[in-house]
Amino acid sequence: MKPDIRERLKAARAARNTVALVTDLESGAQAVIDEATRSGTLTLEGPALEAALAALRAESTGPLPVTGRRLFVRVYGLPWRMVVIGAVHVTQALAPMAAMTGYGVTIVDPRQAFATAERFPDQRLVHLWPDEFLAEEPPDAHTAIVTLTHDPKIDDPALEVALRSPAFYVGALGSRKTHSLRVARLRERGYTEAEIARIHAPIGLDLGGRSPPEIAVAVLAQVVKARYMPET
Amino acid sequence: MTGPTTTLPDNQILDRALAWRDEGRGVALATVVTTWGSAPRPVGSHLAIDETGAFLGSVSGGCVEGAVIEEALEVIRDGKPRLLSFGVSNEQAWEVGLACGGQIDIYVEAVE
Repeated sequence: MKPDIRERLKAARAARNTVALVTDLESGAQAVIDEATRSGTLTLEGPALEAALAALRAESTGPLPVTGRRLFVRVYGLPWRMVVIGAVHVTQALAPMAAMTGYGVTIVDPRQAFATAERFPDQRLVHLWPDEFLAEEPPDAHTAIVTLTHDPKIDDPALEVALRSPAFYVGALGSRKTHSLRVARLRERGYTEAEIARIHAPIGLDLGGRSPPEIAVAVLAQVVKARYMPET
Repeated sequence: MTGPTTTLPDNQILDRALAWRDEGRGVALATVVTTWGSAPRPVGSHLAIDETGAFLGSVSGGCVEGAVIEEALEVIRDGKPRLLSFGVSNEQAWEVGLACGGQIDIYVEAVE
């Protein structure tokens, strides 16, 4: 990896841009590409460039199907993030588990008494209302949003932003009854059935567990499933 | 919380490799480029190695990391990339023990 390739990758990562590094495994020549730019000593034209751009768009890492050359593409996409609304007991288990799974976790709770560094060592805590936070750091297609307070005054503003965002996962803690009241409020506020149906509720895969860490496992399992098997 | 470094996602292994280079360390980056059968880590997985043999990430879940690190130290020394193969068709690989029965190709390059 030549210095220009290294600098180009570093800049793309810092700017949260998705880029592809294409390597000719026989010569070692490399190129960094995004939709608009190409750099490096590897020349990509015609079918090879088409295949590389297709891989970039699909965020698909692997060998490029180009005859006569051994080309490999590694796509570096957006980081995966989880925004947890509510610095509650389940969050104490969920946040470190999600971080270990590779998510950049932010815990949002306007209630200072809940979101304390003592209860959440080493976690990123934000004392803002969820809609304020989500306006500052808008969810993208690599963001999971999990609401855990079951207090409508805190959860609803987060859900209202989440349902009209590209977030790949939206989940809300609460019983069936809590959820049906929530659905009624969202309908009242003009949300469509399709938008409301994006909410995973009751939250988490049904694993039968009841303790806060068990609920955290069920939530994280559902997030992992939504990422890899979005259609199910 | 950053969590144990071995569980960092692979994109962050790249970030760490680039940061190591910025600190002035000699660095190699290993990438899984092909897998067949029951390879333990998917294509694109990274292992970052520095000149002292310190490493982050994984390319096989522990089976061949030792051999990859040895090659990586050579790559850091001479700057020439290498394409390594481990698996059933490679007797030497069995010695280092890809016990899962899969086969993997790993590209090792210096971060210049």
